[in-house]
Amino acid sequence: MADWDPEDLRRRRARNWAMLIVLLALSALFFAITIVKMTKA
Amino acid sequence: MSQAITTGAAELGDWIALLKPRVMTLVVFTGLIGLVIAPGHLHVVLAFTAVLCIAVGAGACGAINMWYDRDIDAVMKRTRNRPIPAGRIEPGAALGYGITLAAGSVILMDLAVNLAAASVLALSIGFYVFVYTMWLKRRTPQNIVIGGAAGAFPPVIGWAAVTGSVDLVPLVLFAIVFFWTPPHFWSLALFANSDYQRAGIPMLPVVAGAKETRRQIVIYTLLLVPLSLAPWLIGFSGLIYGVSALVLGLGFLACVWRVATDRQDAAGVSLTNDAPARTAFKYSILYLFGLFAALAIDRLAG
Repeated sequence: MADWDPEDLRRRRARNWAMLIVLLALSALFFAITIVKMTKA
Repeated sequence: MSQAITTGAAELGDWIALLKPRVMTLVVFTGLIGLVIAPGHLHVVLAFTAVLCIAVGAGACGAINMWYDRDIDAVMKRTRNRPIPAGRIEPGAALGYGITLAAGSVILMDLAVNLAAASVLALSIGFYVFVYTMWLKRRTPQNIVIGGAAGAFPPVIGWAAVTGSVDLVPLVLFAIVFFWTPPHFWSLALFANSDYQRAGIPMLPVVAGAKETRRQIVIYTLLLVPLSLAPWLIGFSGLIYGVSALVLGLGFLACVWRVATDRQDAAGVSLTNDAPARTAFKYSILYLFGLFAALAIDRLAG
């Protein structure tokens, strides 16, 4: 951990936020797909 | 730990750059048009998912391509600041990223949309990675002719997403993008010739010279323009598309004619810094956008 400077930590935090947003968006998409598929069935 | 530091140097934008977002724009657009003009109806959520899968699949190809081509990217001026040659992203991380996205896009397309669209998507990814990137690109000046097929798949995928099958119209669209690719890329290759030469990529201007490349650009455009009228001639689209295709095509022909008659020395090297080729390259992008937009407008208006 000592090798991570503040700039690296900032970048890592930005990536983590992006991952969170992508995961939430995918969860919402999968939910919507499931509802559409169930409605069609 | 040193690997962690290198990967830590990557900005979020570097991971996005790996997906070649500019290439993705055209792919998404042609895929969307395939989806819009196909007969039938697809729920908006599933249509969005299909376009997302096409975009992610194309992005995955970009990432795997950058992983494989990192050695030649490092020596080309145009590409040496890409995330891998610049050392901001580890090659292995880029490969894993690309494979994960490729697999994820195909699986999601199958689960959410249908097997036909997923199969064509998988075929296009495989074609781009194995046939174009790994096999043809470094071996033959015909690399972008055959490799161009990979970029021609999106309208077929969009169509298959709606209909669950592939028939004549998406194959005509495939052929249009296929014949559009050589004049588009060879125009770029004319003014980026020194870069390709340095990287040892056998692009047509490097292997056969600028004169022959200009001749081939004209030949492919002469084939492309009548082919672009096919959707109208087979009765799939109306006059809006027919006239648009003709006007856009004549514009493209005018551009490539200027490329062919560019002032050049005995060896065929441009004396105008390849100004006509630069214009033709930009126009080719506008041409494909215009052509496909006209097709969609024609179908929606009809």
